[in-house]
Amino acid sequence: MRDKLLVFLGVVAMLLLARDILVIAGFPNEANQGAIFKIIFFHVPVAMAAMLCAAASLIGSVMFLLTRNFKYDALAVSVTEVGLAFLAANLVTGSIWGRVIWGIWWTWDARLTSALVCWLLYAGYLMLRHAIEEPTQRATFAAVFSIFAFIDVPIVIFSIKWWRTQHPQPVFWGGGSIPGDWYLAALLNLLAMVLLGIVLTVVRLRQEEAQREIDSLRRTAHAF
Amino acid sequence: MLSFFRQVLVVTVKDLRAELRTKEAVNASLAFALVILLMFSFAFDPLEETTREISGGLLWIVFAFAGTLVLNRSFAREQPNDCLDALIAAPISGAALFLGKALANYVLVLAVELIALPVFGIFYGVHWTDQFPELLLVLLLGAWALTVVGTIFSALTVNIRLREVMLPMLTYPILVPALMGAMQLTAGLVNGKPISGDSFSWLKMLIGFDVIFTAVSLVLVETVLVG
Repeated sequence: MRDKLLVFLGVVAMLLLARDILVIAGFPNEANQGAIFKIIFFHVPVAMAAMLCAAASLIGSVMFLLTRNFKYDALAVSVTEVGLAFLAANLVTGSIWGRVIWGIWWTWDARLTSALVCWLLYAGYLMLRHAIEEPTQRATFAAVFSIFAFIDVPIVIFSIKWWRTQHPQPVFWGGGSIPGDWYLAALLNLLAMVLLGIVLTVVRLRQEEAQREIDSLRRTAHAF
Repeated sequence: MLSFFRQVLVVTVKDLRAELRTKEAVNASLAFALVILLMFSFAFDPLEETTREISGGLLWIVFAFAGTLVLNRSFAREQPNDCLDALIAAPISGAALFLGKALANYVLVLAVELIALPVFGIFYGVHWTDQFPELLLVLLLGAWALTVVGTIFSALTVNIRLREVMLPMLTYPILVPALMGAMQLTAGLVNGKPISGDSFSWLKMLIGFDVIFTAVSLVLVETVLVG
């Protein structure tokens, strides 16, 4: 039952993405930027999906520390990995856009820098996990670090913002004149990303649970 | 409540005494700071005007690198003879143990900074004495940010593989806001600009960072030490 639901969600996400790509390809080019503008339909939704992942990872980490249930630890690590992939997609799409519009791949602008710092923080989370063998200690320390990282993110964003910003002001939901169907395309893309994120997280979650079972079986086998 | 501060003090004095007898962390840290200062002289022309402008940044990179060496030893020192287990089993709270260790680290990190600062001033022609009280305030706040985050992560990484690499890997990204604030303020001060207007909000940010991370560390340290 759970398998079928997962496959179903995955298929819906894929179909939705395929539909969005077709629809967005059909939009007219933006007046100043041309076709490259359309990258924003992916750039913004993956950033939002990454933020949702960070929030879910915080919830998983706090719940683990409160309940000591390894399910939450598995959730935290799965969702962090997926979020890291989303954030990487956000950085890459932004970089491609920057190369075309600004002529440079990267600039040390506020948003770019803070996104990179976030990426490094959560990559550090995964590295910390890799370095700890003992499961309970790994889960506890990782949860503590995840909380630290999450608290740091707003401070990073806020402080780096004080530098002059080169990143364009928000296009969606930022007070501009955007056609209604463009909003819809962006929203549907966000939905597709979130669905994709859920499917990937659940797959990774099962992997994590299977891994823990294997580990405990191995320990039992060694005990005899 | 009084006994809490006494417990903190006992841990601090113990750590400082252990460090002053061997001087391993402080010596390594100072030597390392000197080596980085030397390396910077090749990367940037030391007497160029532009180097003066980025001197605040250079100085804090030296402090962050050298400070990590001190912080790395903080909990690692307790590993031989299972001293860490004994400390955790001692009838004091995790918060007292953490605060005690953090204070000892703070003294050591500050000592390294205060020795490295004149050396930096001599080698790079930086006028650090002009506004020393303000500069000292920035040093005190920045060093505390470095110490509090470094100490809790030192506890986090004490018995894992690749400890020496993991501590800076985890600490520096978290410290980005604090280091940025300290760099901006220091660069302004050594170039003769007093703290005002824009740089005042950096000072507030630095204080906020210190307060938030001290509070969070005190809440979470029990979890880290006891599990």
